[in-house]
Amino acid sequence: MTIRTSIVPTPSLAGFTLPINAVAGALLGYLVGTAKGNPVLGAAAGAVFAALLALVILRFAPKRSLGRLAGAVITGVVGLALAGIAGLVFGALVGLVLSWLAYWLHTGDYRSNVPVYATSGDVLWSNTFRLICGLIFFFLIAPIAVVIPLSFNAENFFTFTPAMLALDPDGYSLKHYQDFMTNPDWLRPLKNSFIIAPFATIISVSLGTLAAIGLSQSHVPGRRAIMAILISPMIVPLIISATGMFFFYSGLGVFLEDTLHFSKDLSGYIKVILAHAVLGIPFVIITVTATLVGFDRSLTRAAANMGAGPVRTFFKVQMPLILPGVISGGLFAFITSFDEVVVVLFVGSAVQKTLPWQMFTGLREQISPTILAVATILVVISILLLTTLELLRRRSERLRGMSPS
Amino acid sequence: MKTTHLLLATSALAMSAGAASAVDLTFVSWGGAYQESQLKAYAEPYMAAHPDVNIIWDESSAEAVAKLRAMNEAGNLTWDLVDVTVSDSMRLCDEGLARPIDGATELAAAPDGTDADTDFGATRVNECFVPQIVYSTTWGYRTDLVGDTPPTSVCDVFDLAKYPGKRAMQKRPIDNVEWALYCDGVAKEDIYSVLSTDEGVARAFAKLDTIKDQVVWWTAGAETPQLLADGEVVMGSTFNGRLFSAIAEQNQPIGMLWDMQSYDIDGWIVPTGLSPEKEAIVMDFLMFATDTQRLADQAKYISYGPARASSAPLVGKHEALGIEMAPHMPTDPANATNVLHYDYTWWADHRDDIDAKFQAWLAQ
Repeated sequence: MTIRTSIVPTPSLAGFTLPINAVAGALLGYLVGTAKGNPVLGAAAGAVFAALLALVILRFAPKRSLGRLAGAVITGVVGLALAGIAGLVFGALVGLVLSWLAYWLHTGDYRSNVPVYATSGDVLWSNTFRLICGLIFFFLIAPIAVVIPLSFNAENFFTFTPAMLALDPDGYSLKHYQDFMTNPDWLRPLKNSFIIAPFATIISVSLGTLAAIGLSQSHVPGRRAIMAILISPMIVPLIISATGMFFFYSGLGVFLEDTLHFSKDLSGYIKVILAHAVLGIPFVIITVTATLVGFDRSLTRAAANMGAGPVRTFFKVQMPLILPGVISGGLFAFITSFDEVVVVLFVGSAVQKTLPWQMFTGLREQISPTILAVATILVVISILLLTTLELLRRRSERLRGMSPS
Repeated sequence: MKTTHLLLATSALAMSAGAASAVDLTFVSWGGAYQESQLKAYAEPYMAAHPDVNIIWDESSAEAVAKLRAMNEAGNLTWDLVDVTVSDSMRLCDEGLARPIDGATELAAAPDGTDADTDFGATRVNECFVPQIVYSTTWGYRTDLVGDTPPTSVCDVFDLAKYPGKRAMQKRPIDNVEWALYCDGVAKEDIYSVLSTDEGVARAFAKLDTIKDQVVWWTAGAETPQLLADGEVVMGSTFNGRLFSAIAEQNQPIGMLWDMQSYDIDGWIVPTGLSPEKEAIVMDFLMFATDTQRLADQAKYISYGPARASSAPLVGKHEALGIEMAPHMPTDPANATNVLHYDYTWWADHRDDIDAKFQAWLAQ
């Protein structure tokens, strides 16, 4: 790295670094100007400011960290003068970006990720490509990220209020979280989701794993046809499955209540759990089948050779090896049930109302930021769940002496 | 393994708790502030007096007709009392999915002894329908976006020169075609005779065409307050209670335009096919919840007018804000100077036809 940067000549300040910085400044200035009602003036001021800032820090601060700090402080003070506390924060961020850009260009770091023999066109394309990748990440994450600050809104609308934009503490509140934690309209669905999803997951994982193992045996007749039928709930449009399930499970419910004398609530839970298990099974089958491809069949023959029965072989030999597939299939099945709204609307009654159902009606009947608070909590739970899973996977790979792939 | 046991135990507990309580009733309503007002004014007092009754709410009134039909076909009735609009109650009553209710014996008389049917008067549009509230679909506007001359007539909605900007309108022909004809110069009493001709319908759509590219179409009552709060629209139609909530409870810069507000009625129906024990409890609740005092109590929580004549003098103050509720009722004389009485029998006959034309017009 050091060798490479040292052979890149320092680019021309007036012909390269300053113009590019001015363009970046013009873009940011255009955004600020649009918000303030004068985009042209904003763009011009932004261009001049960015070029001057780059010139000053490159001339007087050869050390990067110092220069970036200075850039952030200068722009932050300008922002503070223009728009108060929010301007300070936004300005400091803009200053960091602009000064980072100035050093990145000036020191020749922009060439560090391409071979030394690359032409200017190659370098331009390589960096444009990275920018496009960054934008794709931005478009994937932004809709989720924007929900999080809105959930701390002090008002009952999905709106960034002026107080929020000025970073005024009065514009923020935890009242929507409090509403979620105390309102029975939300607590009951939360409880229902945590009853229905684990049971549906247990059923889908058990049945799905068995089906996958059976279907991976070469001697099973009509394997492909059976597989296609089992994963059809994933392919058939959900609304069609749901309509069919409504009539099928209504009949089952009548049987459970009239013949077996189950209570109406219990039979309702059984119906929803079974319906969700059906939806989860395809995910388990697919992930477990994929894991079984890498499973060495001679291990089961070796176990049989040493006198272990099929059940013992399964639990002691096969299961531990395909466990990652089973767990990720189970995770998908859990999320399917936890996120599902169409089938439960058809099959369930109000007693079995789940969290997504409540969010759906909440969005339709009352646009309340409590939904955003719930969404934020669910996003955090998903991140924790996936992180835990990844850490467990790495740990098991370390224990088994495999290098993480 | 331990967690599985825990889960099994908790859910078994939850289920047995559900089974142990004497009666679970499922009431169907619209959610939001309206359902909250029913909970406070009717359900909580009733449950306090009858601890063995537990009421669960299902926010499915928007699909009431379709779901009741499906439940009836599948023999799987999970609803006990359903809040519907007048037009839905007429369909359900005609199809035999709602049970007729005798006003003389099954509903409470007014305190002065007037029987329920007389007290409800014109709001009790059919024998299955027990009215609760009179609400209206009317207009709200951003006070800071209309300059010094706020709109005073519904025809200002069609005046893009005076009030430039987007308008939010409900994605259905009802009310919109009436307003369009009225603002095209048709006298109020002639609206439905004009609409009965093809030229009349074309005339209404031609008037709507003048603002079509400035209209944001809404389907849920919560959308217009959200759009107004965002400043995305200058004015928008919605239910008057939603606007009251945005103005009085959320302090948004919104003004009310009551001109040509369109009245509608909301009420209960009892589905047919309930078990006799459940039906007895539901009818007992219904008699309690639609008496004179309870209907007046509901107005403490939401700005909808009680459907009984005898309830009007009892309307008091808002429970939390302490403001007098009568001036915020759609039925208040000051607000009701120019009202559109939407003709539900005319719409029952023409709805399918005009809906199809409206959808075709939207797609143009």
